Amino acid sequence: MWDYTDKVMEHFHNPRNQGAITEKQEGEEIVTGEVGSIACGDALKLHLKIDEATKTIKDARFQTFGCASAIASSSALTELLKGRKVEEALKLTNKEIAESLGGLPEEKMHCSVMGQEALEAAIYTYKGIPLDNHEEDEGNLICRCFGVSDTKIKRIIRENNLTTAEQVTNYVKAGGGCSSCLPDIDDLLEEITTEKEKSIEVATTIATADRSSTAQTTKTLTNIQKITLIQQVIDREIRPVLAEDGGDLELFDIEGDLVKVILKGACNGCVSSTETLKIAIEATLKDRVLPTLTVESV
Amino acid sequence: MNDCIYLDNNATTKIDQDVLAAMLPYLSIYYGNPSSMHTFGGQVGRAVRQARSQVASLLGAEDSEIVFTSCGTEGDNAAILAALKAQPKKKHIITTEVEHPAILNLCRRLEKEGYTVTYLSVDSKGQLDFDELEASLTGNTAVVSVMYANNETGVIFPIEQIGQIVKEYGAIFHVDAVQAVGKIPLNMKTSTIDLLTLSGHKIHAPKGIGALYIRKGVRFRPLLIGGHQERGRRGGTENVAGIVALGKAAELAQQHLASIAREKQLRDKLERGILSIIPNTVINGDPVNRLPNTTNIGFKYIEGEAILLSLDQFDICASSGSACTSGSLEPSHVLRALGLPYSVLHGSIRFSLSRFTTEKEIDRVLEVLPGIIHRLRELSPFNSDDADWLQEQEQAVLAK
Repeated sequence: MWDYTDKVMEHFHNPRNQGAITEKQEGEEIVTGEVGSIACGDALKLHLKIDEATKTIKDARFQTFGCASAIASSSALTELLKGRKVEEALKLTNKEIAESLGGLPEEKMHCSVMGQEALEAAIYTYKGIPLDNHEEDEGNLICRCFGVSDTKIKRIIRENNLTTAEQVTNYVKAGGGCSSCLPDIDDLLEEITTEKEKSIEVATTIATADRSSTAQTTKTLTNIQKITLIQQVIDREIRPVLAEDGGDLELFDIEGDLVKVILKGACNGCVSSTETLKIAIEATLKDRVLPTLTVESV
Repeated sequence: MNDCIYLDNNATTKIDQDVLAAMLPYLSIYYGNPSSMHTFGGQVGRAVRQARSQVASLLGAEDSEIVFTSCGTEGDNAAILAALKAQPKKKHIITTEVEHPAILNLCRRLEKEGYTVTYLSVDSKGQLDFDELEASLTGNTAVVSVMYANNETGVIFPIEQIGQIVKEYGAIFHVDAVQAVGKIPLNMKTSTIDLLTLSGHKIHAPKGIGALYIRKGVRFRPLLIGGHQERGRRGGTENVAGIVALGKAAELAQQHLASIAREKQLRDKLERGILSIIPNTVINGDPVNRLPNTTNIGFKYIEGEAILLSLDQFDICASSGSACTSGSLEPSHVLRALGLPYSVLHGSIRFSLSRFTTEKEIDRVLEVLPGIIHRLRELSPFNSDDADWLQEQEQAVLAK
């Protein structure tokens, strides 16, 4: 028998906010997000009522087909959502859902992932982003039994700091069917570990790079001087370091003190490495050009 | 939890008080080794001999054809491996898709070791196709292993008809009868079965004891190699208390067979009650050729674990073939082999009765179950076959 927390059992026996949302007032919108399938053994239809003016979730309800932890996760999710701004809600992770229930057994973590995905689906619908264009659908299919792509597996590995294929199965089911994709999952885990190590390494190199090649300046810069200097620092100090690991960077635009860059090659596509690199690049530019500069990856 | 309504007897059973009373002295007073050359050990040896007779009697076998084992899994493993070792030139095994993991996972391992395994399919009632069996049998087939009755659905295979076909090809016929023993009368004297597995804890004996029937004349090689115990067919000092318990349990099971109809009546009452009070419910598996104590019912549009945990609130114990209860993410291989739609598969619950089940208990289940099912269906986004979402899902799966 599963070792469920009292909170899970309490939500299972007395679920909050079950059912559909059908009625709305002027200035409100109702959206739904559906994930899972009857084949997988769990499915969730999340209903959100959003206040148009404040972009706030006024009501959240659920309909769930699934086990006790799926029902409890759905119930907990609706509680977490009520009163949140849409943009804030989008940041909610599966981890928060599980934590609000006092934790879930490892094998049941996928129930919290289902909650996060239904939420994302509902908000994407609200924003008019077609679900078909969801980035995860563009990835390569790794687990054929449960239809899980490498993009999704990588995201869940990063967000939950997973280290074993077994954990990946517990979180997104991938590998839990015929288990023929387990070696592929191991490869993805390896890839992310390497990625993390590399980005830390690169960031350290940039931060401690030899600055003798470019003159330090403290005087007020004209716009053209600023742009030239930024381009110079990027070309001479940052790009060579990135190139060593197969990455590259392009200066896209400068708006006031905001430097927009495009990460390329090996730098692209990894949330954690993007973040680390951004900080390192920003630190270099602040140091070399202007302390007020900020960097954004576009 | 003493007062729980225990309807999970295919998982394990309560130890009969008489069985417990019979075995206890062998855990305290009579601790001798049955192999010893002194009276103290000798009287223990007599108890083991008596138990062997009791088990043989239940099976209609001779005493010398019974070997005590530690569990059903050991019996199954010993039987298959013995059959293979005894016929080293034959490299083919036939079994079914719906066997217990003790057989299926062993067969998968043997495939890696170079054996070929045929897994016979079953139809929507869970029954085999004799033509498929005949087409699969060759002179290279070492062993055919078929369960007597299925643990999940209770479906009974026509064992003797299967055995007739198997014998024509000279293969050893093994039957996993763990669920059938004590529920169906067995007679090895008139049977085609060569090897038969049984387990104690399914017939009100404790866990950790089982037996393997080995027909006289069938070539056998031991799994556990050690001393001369069990006439060299299973090394290791005897689990005397377990053996005595199994003997007593076999004796009681034989007596109980005469009144098995009462168990069937209660099962039928439960089943009819559920099907008539609760809409969208179906019986899984052959409703006719079935164990008298088992029913497997699909409650559409809801998930089994949620049903079990709801029943648990009322101290009612049952089990489910849903993915969520197994931890394997896949629903029961048995129910999948029947080709059931997913809406039924995930919401299937097995109720298995015993001679201790009372009518009052059945009434209590019928009293609380409708409310449980209603509540969970209210929570579910699928509530009828017409639901577009559901249909799309089912079709998507079929297309795969």
